[in-house]
Amino acid sequence: MLKLRDGIVELYRKVASSLPKDVEESLKLAFEKEKEPAARENLGIILKNIKMARQKELPLCQDTGIPVFYVKVPRCLGQERIKETILEATRIATEKIPLRPNSVDVLTEKNTGDNTGKDFPVIHLEETEEEHLVIELLLKGGGSENIGCFYKLPDEDLRAERNLEGVKRTVIDAVLKAQGKGCPPYIIGIAIGGSREHVAYLSKSQLLRRLNEDTPEPLLKELEASLFRDINSLGIGVMGLGGTNTCLGVKIGVSSRHPASYFVDITFSCWALRRGRLIW
Amino acid sequence: MVRLTTPLNESTVRTLRAGETVLINGLIITARDRVHKYLMENKPDIPELKNSVIYHSGPIVRNSKVISAGPTTSARLEPYEAELIGLYGIKAIIGKGGMGERTQEALRHYGAVYLQATGGAAVYLAEKIKRIVDVRFLEEFGMAEAMWFFEVEDFPAIVTMDSQGGNLHREIEASSKALALNLKF
Repeated sequence: MLKLRDGIVELYRKVASSLPKDVEESLKLAFEKEKEPAARENLGIILKNIKMARQKELPLCQDTGIPVFYVKVPRCLGQERIKETILEATRIATEKIPLRPNSVDVLTEKNTGDNTGKDFPVIHLEETEEEHLVIELLLKGGGSENIGCFYKLPDEDLRAERNLEGVKRTVIDAVLKAQGKGCPPYIIGIAIGGSREHVAYLSKSQLLRRLNEDTPEPLLKELEASLFRDINSLGIGVMGLGGTNTCLGVKIGVSSRHPASYFVDITFSCWALRRGRLIW
Repeated sequence: MVRLTTPLNESTVRTLRAGETVLINGLIITARDRVHKYLMENKPDIPELKNSVIYHSGPIVRNSKVISAGPTTSARLEPYEAELIGLYGIKAIIGKGGMGERTQEALRHYGAVYLQATGGAAVYLAEKIKRIVDVRFLEEFGMAEAMWFFEVEDFPAIVTMDSQGGNLHREIEASSKALALNLKF
């Protein structure tokens, strides 16, 4: 597993120091379209920063986040060994790249110093019939994680009923609350369903979808497009300084619900959406 | 574009207006969640904080070099900031996302400003840090939460809350809420 371990260390390096092509292209496009001077200046700095971080192979944001792994494991490989290898790679990557040590014990308040801890990194394992091991890594920054929201519909205050219009009202509410606090332009993952832990999982995993990757479900595609338009009409803009670029993408997933429950979970990513994939 | 050199003086700070871009030169001192709580509870004597610029940031430092150091969200520090501005004579705060009414009132009362740096632009901003002058509480709070003393050159930021009540965050929040009323559902 030595080679795999080193592969994961390199995955960490790539994800921490460079943005996926679709996100970078989207930021460049935003810069071209942006007219608001302060927002434009900030986008200019953001683009320079992306370039510098890639050249120097250094973490483009000092908050290298909570690492979240999505792993598809072929039958022949043991899941426990994969977990151990990820933990070992995390310790090495923290030292070598370096990553900022972000794992703090809730009870003792001690930072472990190596980015491992209780359920840290977060690792989602799933068995696959395929012969390749596929590891996706998301480095999820804390600032944008903090502005995430959970709603139970109906919500009288928001006049949000149990339908897609109600969902839309919750998302607009979440964005109005977030303002510039989580480093917009945002990429917004949304999940609708009836199990609390699952909608949280599903909304975050929407961030793995490429920005130009459409959902096959026409109703959701329409909702994604209309939310994208509406959110960008609010004038919050880059770093909350105004302008037309409040979000770069809106991605929605659904899971079946219980008759009593209609949940909406919203995960925000800052502009620095850091994800990458290793196939082994 | 206004060039600021530390230590700041109140009369200069009082002329700054929301929307202006500044370039900071001299000393900036990082302080985030744990340092704010510690200063509030223990009130240790830290003379460098007089007329200072503090930076809401948890940097990555390796071999005495800052390699990545962007701002963190300032809203979390709202319960402490107004009192610390008064207690220590802090004259400028660099962060992101803005702060609340109590901080705004302290900016007015003591003549201080809130500056926003570009969130996530951590390698770019680290390049503006020329030297680590000192570090405190590294052992106790860890790298991200320690109090780092950085010498900076032309560190860029935008005044988003000034001492006259000007506040870009509040303006944008109000206008975005008004625009949301026009949305068709």
